Parts: sequence; structure tokens; C-alpha cells
Amino acid sequence: MTSVSFPPSLVHPAGVSFERPPATAMLSRVAASLYWMGRYLERAENIARLLDVNIQLLIDFGSIDDQGVKEHWVPVLRSVGDEEVFFQYYAKADSASVTEFMTFHRQNPNSVFSCVCAARENARQVRDQISFEMWEVLNEVYLFLQASDAQKVWRDGPGAFYDQVKRYSHLFQGLTDATFSRTEGWDFLQFGKYLERADKTTRILDVKYHILLPRATDVGGAIDTAQWQAVLRSTSALEAYRRFYVTEILPKKVAEFLVLSDSFPRSLRYCLGALHDSLGRIGTGEEGGPDGPERSAAGVEFRQLCDELARLSIDDVIARGLHEFLEMAQAVIGRLASHVYERYMHHPPVDMASEIRFHQQEQQQQQQQRSL
Amino acid sequence: MLFDDYATDGFFDEMFSADGTVRPHYRVVAEGLNGMEGVEYQQKQEAVEMAFMRGGVTFTVYNDTQGTERIFPFDCVPRVISAEEWEVVERGLIQRITALNLFLHDIYHDQKILKDRVIPAAHVLSAKHFRREFMHFQVPKDIYVHICGTDLIRDHAGRYLVLEDNLRCPSGASYMLENRAAIKRAFPEILRQAGVRPVDDYAQALLSAMQHVAPAGYQGKDHPNVVLLTPGVFNSAYFEHAFLARQMGIPIVEGRDLVVRDFAVYMRTTAGLVPVDVIYRRIDDDFLDPSVFRADSLLGVPGLVNAARAGNVTLANSIGTGVADDKLIYYYVSKMIKYYLGEDAILDSVDTYLASEAKDRTYILENLEKLVVKSANEAGGYGMLMGPWASAAEIEEFRAQIVANPRNFIAQPPISLSRHPTWVGEGGGFEGRHIDLRPYILYGDKISVNPGGLTRVALRKGSLVVNSSQGGGSKDTWVLRQPAGPPTAPSA
Repeated sequence: MTSVSFPPSLVHPAGVSFERPPATAMLSRVAASLYWMGRYLERAENIARLLDVNIQLLIDFGSIDDQGVKEHWVPVLRSVGDEEVFFQYYAKADSASVTEFMTFHRQNPNSVFSCVCAARENARQVRDQISFEMWEVLNEVYLFLQASDAQKVWRDGPGAFYDQVKRYSHLFQGLTDATFSRTEGWDFLQFGKYLERADKTTRILDVKYHILLPRATDVGGAIDTAQWQAVLRSTSALEAYRRFYVTEILPKKVAEFLVLSDSFPRSLRYCLGALHDSLGRIGTGEEGGPDGPERSAAGVEFRQLCDELARLSIDDVIARGLHEFLEMAQAVIGRLASHVYERYMHHPPVDMASEIRFHQQEQQQQQQQRSL
Repeated sequence: MLFDDYATDGFFDEMFSADGTVRPHYRVVAEGLNGMEGVEYQQKQEAVEMAFMRGGVTFTVYNDTQGTERIFPFDCVPRVISAEEWEVVERGLIQRITALNLFLHDIYHDQKILKDRVIPAAHVLSAKHFRREFMHFQVPKDIYVHICGTDLIRDHAGRYLVLEDNLRCPSGASYMLENRAAIKRAFPEILRQAGVRPVDDYAQALLSAMQHVAPAGYQGKDHPNVVLLTPGVFNSAYFEHAFLARQMGIPIVEGRDLVVRDFAVYMRTTAGLVPVDVIYRRIDDDFLDPSVFRADSLLGVPGLVNAARAGNVTLANSIGTGVADDKLIYYYVSKMIKYYLGEDAILDSVDTYLASEAKDRTYILENLEKLVVKSANEAGGYGMLMGPWASAAEIEEFRAQIVANPRNFIAQPPISLSRHPTWVGEGGGFEGRHIDLRPYILYGDKISVNPGGLTRVALRKGSLVVNSSQGGGSKDTWVLRQPAGPPTAPSA
């Protein structure tokens, strides 16, 4: 048999293997779907929590004017990066419009509904890979959202509604934990989940810190406890914070907890640790192997960030500028995500026309050889 | 009692004899259901529908921008087949698939059956799905049809007749398995008492049949790499594809996941290219390989046919099997059985007239309003004229088509399909609805028929069309382990 050279566009970046695959080898398309499934469901949960917390916070404020309401909601929109899109569809940012936009709006790709649809569509693409229990929960939350709308939510009470969405997400996490094999697919799923979580935690902290404490020197000044509680609750961190510090809520400590905690599962450092674990198992299956993602430029830079988070104190971080630090961390994570996506999940699209030509020529050659 | 007002209306009813007695093999089911309240039964029915919805046992409705998903309607009253009846059906199906497979081998090699003039050569050579390119192609173990779904009906006398063979990509097996799972939840006790043969081995048997035909090349590996090739998530049968792949524990792939090099097929994984040995393909021949068949197919894999031809990958079903489920060829299956096996057909076919034969054509054209006309290569209940129920305009339209292209049409007398008690809601209780049966036959190291199959039911009152695309639903099908006892006293 003569060897055939592979046109570069068709060779998967991870290389060509003619050996039987390790039991964990999976289709790149499947890996991508698991990754997005994990990301989107995590995003849906985070947005549901963010809305829930901010609706409750408004209740504490009592009566505030339109401007106050707007000033409350715009940062929320900013923290999910959807401020511009929102004002394409709505003139006024108030509780009704923002919750509708962030929960149900079909044209908002980051609405809870859109995220759940995307998670479910990805699950459907890999229906053969995930457990029935996982699929059933995604399907249930989809049916639940489809049967709701903004009016119904406000009529029945937003608290119960967002609780239910979060519960579905937690159910999914639990069922995944209990029914999904710890193969490569698990790592892609976790990779997506922790990437999203790290992103949301840093954004929520960044936006609120910026508004509540515009100048670094304000640290330690008079603070609005309710606002800082809301930051913690937006990341499910309030109780954990209390247990850890057993003290009043201080902005610096909030930042310390959400950035540097090595035990709280939504802190930046913890999320990066989880990403690091998955990273070591993705691709070659051998940690630090010659093709392992850790050896790439993005991987090296990521590793440095992990080391820094273990070494730095919150004072070091604030001295460098919390906003600048978080922005840098997001960029590093973003580059890592692109690298892993491009290398393991993305299909270089096949040029059908040239493929067809290639095989037709091959067939002609075969026929000519036969007739000789 | 739920069956008190049930009427058979002069049709052959699966559960009740003409005199109103419950047929012996239905005794357990009739007693179990009759003891229920309407409201209780309705709850069971709704619980099953909810479970299907939650589990996403749905199909996507085409031409619906909302992407609406529906469950395939399911009726909880099980269809029961006695052990004695099934024994005959099973033998008949095995005989039939054996002959059809021999026929495919013959027409792609020596064409003896054509040379002996048992079947006119023109009928085969002009068939839309005859693949000239595959003449003298050697398929592994001489198996062309690995999976077959044969549609059976019962006439006014309860006689089983073959309505059509599906030898390309028969669908519905997943519903057979899901229906049983649903009934296990709804009527566990009735199911247990009735003594029903399980259907759950289907996926394992299917996988074994695939592994049986793996090319020799996989030797040295633990097992051949079998994959299921789907047109993708937007295909209406995607649920079934994912379901079967999951049950078999094999990857489900789309065309874009595969690449052919050096006459071998590879799938693109996170660990690079991995060889594929057997493809359970759920894509029709035409779309399989754009370098050979339809060049506009975006679903297929360029080079796939040549890889199969080189013997490096096995396709199941093989290419070119569609010629044997051409409705014109259907007419000749009994003759094939006689020719290849020297036996009489165990299962009868429906009387068929061929528009391509002058004498038959005259009869067809003179009796269009009494006949069912079918085009030779359509499936899913499309391309069909139901003469007795058709308008004058529809009849004239078909008349013109038949005259223009006689090769493409056959005609049959309408068969009064058997009826089965079917739930029509709490207000109406049970009414008779027409049904058919699609058993699934697997051809591996031996031929096996899954006990039962998919019973399809025409849910619209009076309708004879059981296709899901046209108002059909399905039922669980029970094949009993033991012969049934004596008949019981009348209850309806």
C-alpha cells in the first residue's frame, strides 16, 4: 500500500494517529458540544442568580426614582457584557425590561432562555454521549422556561422562578457528577463550566468594585453593606464568606475571597485550579506530554497566572489595580480557551469541492490501472 | 366497564372475535384494562406522554420555524400476538429476507434470475435504486441487508400479508424499545401476567450484526470500530439515531466527522484520526458520497464508496439494496422464494397489478376508483392514490402519470386493515383503529427477528394511513411466550 500524504487542511491539529485510540478519544465535534453545554448552563445559572439578587436588592432600597433604578440595572447589564444589545431593544432600563431581556429575550444570546436552548441543543448533538438523567434535566428546564414568560414571572414571584432555574442547574451538576464517566468528555465539560464561572465571578466583582469604590483610596471607607452582600450572593459566596472571615463585610475581603480563595468553588483561583486539572487530561491524556495544551504559549502564560494567584496577597493585587488585574486574568483565560478550542475541538472545515475532485481523480486512476 | 360499548363494526379486530368474545391471547390485557376507571386510564396515558416529552422522545416538525417538537403519538393499549401466530410470522420473515438477500447477490453478480426470465431484466435494470456501479462488488459474508423492516398488515380474515419491504434505512426500532419502557411503567402488572417476550436485546443484536461484517483489517484490535452515520441533528429521525448509538455504545458521527484517505475511513477525534471499520449508515445511497452519487450532498463523505469497494469499511445496509424494495420487484418476491429456496412463500403478498404490463395496465386504468395506486419508489405513505376515497381530479392526475410512466406504478385492491382497541379520550373510551406491524429483522451470523416490532396505528377515525407524518401513532407490541389458554366468556 502506498502512503498518501494528507493535505494540511485535513490533518487534525492534534496529529494523525493510526493506532487504536485510547478509550477516551472522542470526536472533536463531541468535545466542542460538551464544552459549550457546560458553559451555557453555567451561564444560565449565573445570570439567573444575578437577576434574583438584584431584584431582591431593589426591594431593600424601598422607593427609588427612575434614575436610581436605571443606575441599579445598567451595571448588571454591563457585568454580563450586554449593555449595548439591551438598548437596541429597550428604551428604558427598569426591572421589568432588564429581567425580560436577560431571562427570555430570544435575540439576546445570553438570556437564560437562549443559554438553556444552546445547552440543550449541544446536548442533543451529543445525546449518545451523555446520560439519560443529564439530558432529561436539560429538557425539563427547557420545557419549564418555554412555559413561562416575564408577566408570569412577575405575577408568581421572581424569587421562586429563579430558584427553580438554579435548582435545575444544580440538579444537572449533581447528576453529571453521579452519572457521567470521568473520561475526556468530563474534562471538556468541566473546562467549559469553570471557564464560564471564572469569567462571571471576575466580571461581577470588577463592575461592582468599580462603581462602589471608584478610587483605590476609597478602600476601607464607608460602604454599603447591602451592596457588598449582593456581590457575594451573586456568586453564591455570602455564607462561605461569613464562615471564613467571621466578620463584617469589607470590600477588600470580598475581593480577596472572590479572587484568591483556594477553597471556595467560585473564586478565580479555585476556577483556575479546576481548569488546570482538566487541562492536564485533555488531548494526549498525558499530563505535560509533548502535545499537551500546557506546553503551548497560552498554557505557559496560564500557568504563570495560577502561580501568581497562589503567591499574591490582595494588597499586591489592589496595588496593581484590581480592575487591571482582573482584565489581565480574563485575557489570559480567553487566550487559553481559544487555544484549547482551536486545537482540540474545532474542525478545520473540509472544502467539499476539492475533496470531491480528489476522490474522483483517485477513482479514475484506479479504473485506468484496472484497464491496463 | 371500559369495553362495554366497544364495537368491532364488522372489521377484523385484534382483541375481539366477531361474536364479541375476547381472543384468548388478549385475556390478560382485556381483564386488566376492563377493571380500570376511565379517569385512571387517562392518567396513565398522560403520564406516558409526559415522560416522552421530558425524555425528549420527540421528532421535529418540518416546515415549522418555531422548531416545534412533538412526541410520536403513543397509545397505551398493547397489541398482542400469540406465540403460535408469531412462530409463523417469524419463519415467514426469515424466509423472505433470505430470498431477498440471495436476489441482491444474484442481480449484482450473475443475474441468473433474469437470464431464467423469472423476473423481466428490464424491471431490475430500470429500477431507480439499482446501482450498476456495484456489479461484481463483493460484500462481506455476502450479506446485503443487515437490517430490514418489513411492513405487515392483516386483512378482513386476519391473514398476515406483507405490504412492503424496507431494505434501505428502516426506522422506528427506537420507538419499539421506548414503547416497551413506557408500558413497563404504565402497566407493569398486566405486562408481567401476560408473559411477554422482552425486546431489549435489539441493540445488542444490532451491534453483533454490525461487528459480524467488519472487514478483516481490524484484526489485532480488541473490536471493530462501529459508528452510526446520521444526516445530523436536524433530521426528523435524529432521536432514533442517537438512541440506537447510545444503546449500542458506539459513536454517532456526521459526514463532517469522517474523512477518507488511502481508501480507508477515519473519524476526527481529539486524539487525531481514528480508523472506522463498520458504518451503520442512516443516510440513503444518493447522499452517501458526493464524489460518486449526488454531488450536491453535504451530508456525505467523499471517497466513502471507494473505501467500501476496497473492502476497508463495511456499510450496513450495503449500497444498492433499494432495488429489492422497489414496489414493482415486490410483486416478484414470492417467485424469488420459489426460485432460490424451492419453497412456497409462508407470508402472502397483497394482490398486485403492474402498470408496466399491458393487460394489468388496462385493468388499472379502468378501475382506478377501486384500487390503491402506489409509485414504485416512494415511502412514508407519499405518492399514493387511495382510489375509493380520492376525488375525480386526483384520479385523473394519477391516470395521466400512469400513462406517462407505467414503470413507476403498481396497483392493489384496498385491504381492510385489522383494527385494534385504541384510547380516544375519557369521553369516548376505546374505539377500533386500523393498525399495521413493522417487525425488525437482523442478518448477522444468523437471521433473527425481534419478537414484536413497531405496531403503527392510524389514530384518525376510519383512516388507513398509519405513517407518523400523516396522523399515525404507535403501540407497544407483545409477543407471548406461551400458547394462550381457552377462550373466555363474552365481555363486550
